[in-house]
Amino acid sequence: MVALTSPDFKRRAARALADPRLQTALKRGGSGFHSKRSQAVAALPEFERLRDIGRDIKNHTLANLDHYLEAFEANVLANGGQVHWCRDAAEARATVLRICQAEGARTVTKGKSMISEEIGLNEHLEANGITPVETDLGEYILQLVNEPPSHIIAPAFHLNREDWEERFRAAHTDLPKDRVFHDRRDIMVEARQALRSRFLAADVGITGANFLIAETGSSVIVTNEGNGDLTQTLPRVHIALASIEKVVPTLEDCTSLLRLLARSATGQDLSVYTTFSTGIRRPGDLDGPEAYHVVLIDNGRSNMVGTDFHEMLRCIRCAACMNHCPVYGVAGGHSYGWVYPGPMGAVLTPSLVGLDKSGHLPNASTFCGRCESVCPVKIPLPKMMRHWREREFERHLTPSTIRSGLKLWAWFARRPGWYRAATRVGMGALALLGRGSGKFRRLPLAGGWTGGRDLPAPEPGGTFMARYAATQRRR
Amino acid sequence: MSSSKDAILGAIRRGLRRGPLPADQRAMLDGRLATHPRHLIPARSRVSRAEQIALFVKNVEKEFGTIERVPDAESVPAAIADYLAAQNLEPRFVMAPHPELTGLPWDRRPMLQLEARRARGDDAVSVQHAWAAVAETGTLLFPSDPARPTTLNLLPETEIAVLRATALVGAYEEAWDRLRAERGGAEPSGGFMPRNIMFVTGPSRSADIEQTLELGAHGPRRLHVVLVEDEPAARTLLSEVADPRPEAAREPVARPGEIANPAD
Repeated sequence: MVALTSPDFKRRAARALADPRLQTALKRGGSGFHSKRSQAVAALPEFERLRDIGRDIKNHTLANLDHYLEAFEANVLANGGQVHWCRDAAEARATVLRICQAEGARTVTKGKSMISEEIGLNEHLEANGITPVETDLGEYILQLVNEPPSHIIAPAFHLNREDWEERFRAAHTDLPKDRVFHDRRDIMVEARQALRSRFLAADVGITGANFLIAETGSSVIVTNEGNGDLTQTLPRVHIALASIEKVVPTLEDCTSLLRLLARSATGQDLSVYTTFSTGIRRPGDLDGPEAYHVVLIDNGRSNMVGTDFHEMLRCIRCAACMNHCPVYGVAGGHSYGWVYPGPMGAVLTPSLVGLDKSGHLPNASTFCGRCESVCPVKIPLPKMMRHWREREFERHLTPSTIRSGLKLWAWFARRPGWYRAATRVGMGALALLGRGSGKFRRLPLAGGWTGGRDLPAPEPGGTFMARYAATQRRR
Repeated sequence: MSSSKDAILGAIRRGLRRGPLPADQRAMLDGRLATHPRHLIPARSRVSRAEQIALFVKNVEKEFGTIERVPDAESVPAAIADYLAAQNLEPRFVMAPHPELTGLPWDRRPMLQLEARRARGDDAVSVQHAWAAVAETGTLLFPSDPARPTTLNLLPETEIAVLRATALVGAYEEAWDRLRAERGGAEPSGGFMPRNIMFVTGPSRSADIEQTLELGAHGPRRLHVVLVEDEPAARTLLSEVADPRPEAAREPVARPGEIANPAD
């Protein structure tokens, strides 16, 4: 399992800010994602209306989730596949292992799947003598360097070219040591060659699912590399891992969401490969798997239904929220300390692992609102982060300094006369002290602010309320 | 097993503050599944036939595919032979055992060596039968079938797709309806789906290394479409047709090897 380090968010974020290689990688990737998404949105005049449609489709599905999951199961069975309902990570791991062992599997290839990271599948397979091989280019190098993904659609977002070359030289020992990587393409081609034989030799292929379709019993994956398709086509057995909220009613519903997904993620109109897998190879087919298993995983989702975090279950995992998040943009994905970083992770992680272990995440936001404004299914992410902050306060998980600070502020906020008097005194003092440089490098009780930037000193001339009152009098 | 299913469905229903849905509501939802209503279809593909074909061609090229138009199916072998020669590739390929392909006059190009079968790991070139294509995004559709193996779309470094213009539709929804009509019949809900239906938009690619796009990750590096002009509208010259796409839709969002600007 991806080790949970969310309680350590502050220290990890501070370290990330001081890591020049990581900062280079974050800046390079972030700007690209912004411009690509905005170009894709500009290219489709109906995009805003599609967002409403996407939200409505997901809301309708969630309101009838039990029915659509059962319809999905019936259609998987009708097409020769099997469905395994799993309450938690342990049950899901055991189910996958059982299927692999029944097949006598030695190696399994894998397409990129965040739910696989969530349930800690690779470690479990390895512990039981089965070799999992990640085949997504980004996941492949992360498996080599033994790191978790730092981004849900670009898992190796945090690595630079030197990291790739270094690691490939160490891993691909059958190739000449003095070979030259002229460009990024050479690195990719080396991975293609290294993985080709693994694809052909694997006994089982494990993918995630971007959608499940109730109407047809299909699992849908969206990739650009083609690794997911090789994974689900070549081995005898295909296992699709999917959390329960991935289901949508019909092909038409899925199609509407697909119009949003790639545009929000990479700015493409559609990803290169969008593949609908249904059941097993049909009589006469020359390729395709002979067994098809869908492992349907709850792992905390059903507890979100009907709560303040219900709407988070609309998420289609496009990553637009993290791509547009100023905190993710400097702290990077690993700071968040689990599978799902950025704003969607700040809402989802406390739901799945508990607020006591991840309380920093919903606080790692400036509430600028960009995440909500780019979300293809209009999830009110800032509102839900606020819900978590409120709960943190109610459950006394908030540190005592913040609690007493908030109480002090609340006392003044409820007494406007005192509030104005106090701000008048405070501002006057700060304006006086800071009149030389116009800013403070250090200030007692404000170390959190001045640690990373100066605090501008207030200009002389009184508080906003005082100036406003003066203007009113003049009229 | 069933206890986990019951536990999950029970938790969902508790969250929704209700028990199992009553019969009339279930019937309504099943009705929605059976009628599968369409949602908004972007105006981009709601254009004349000639414009749809032009839109498809331009979108394929935008996604780094290549396309050649031939007047009739008999011209396909020559077009493929010439393409392979131009790419400096051997005149040898694995081909879908589809009657529309196996029935072509391959003997007119005796240099070509072809085998009709699924692909293997060492095949360099495949010739695949495109069941349909979607103009909206320049997407080819390959439902798996004994005559259309999936591996042809994945293993070779070069894939050549033969597409008849009459098989082209404007939007995805029209392709779904065609699939239901062709393969549905009296089968139960969902029975019309093949094991696999791949929507392919351009050649394989990855931007996992420094967010820089490169073509040919695990699937084909080249995707070449041979479009058979088997309807009059397909013969309209591109220059005579307006491009229904907004300006922003005409350029790719990224180009191979183009490095994202960290200073941006």
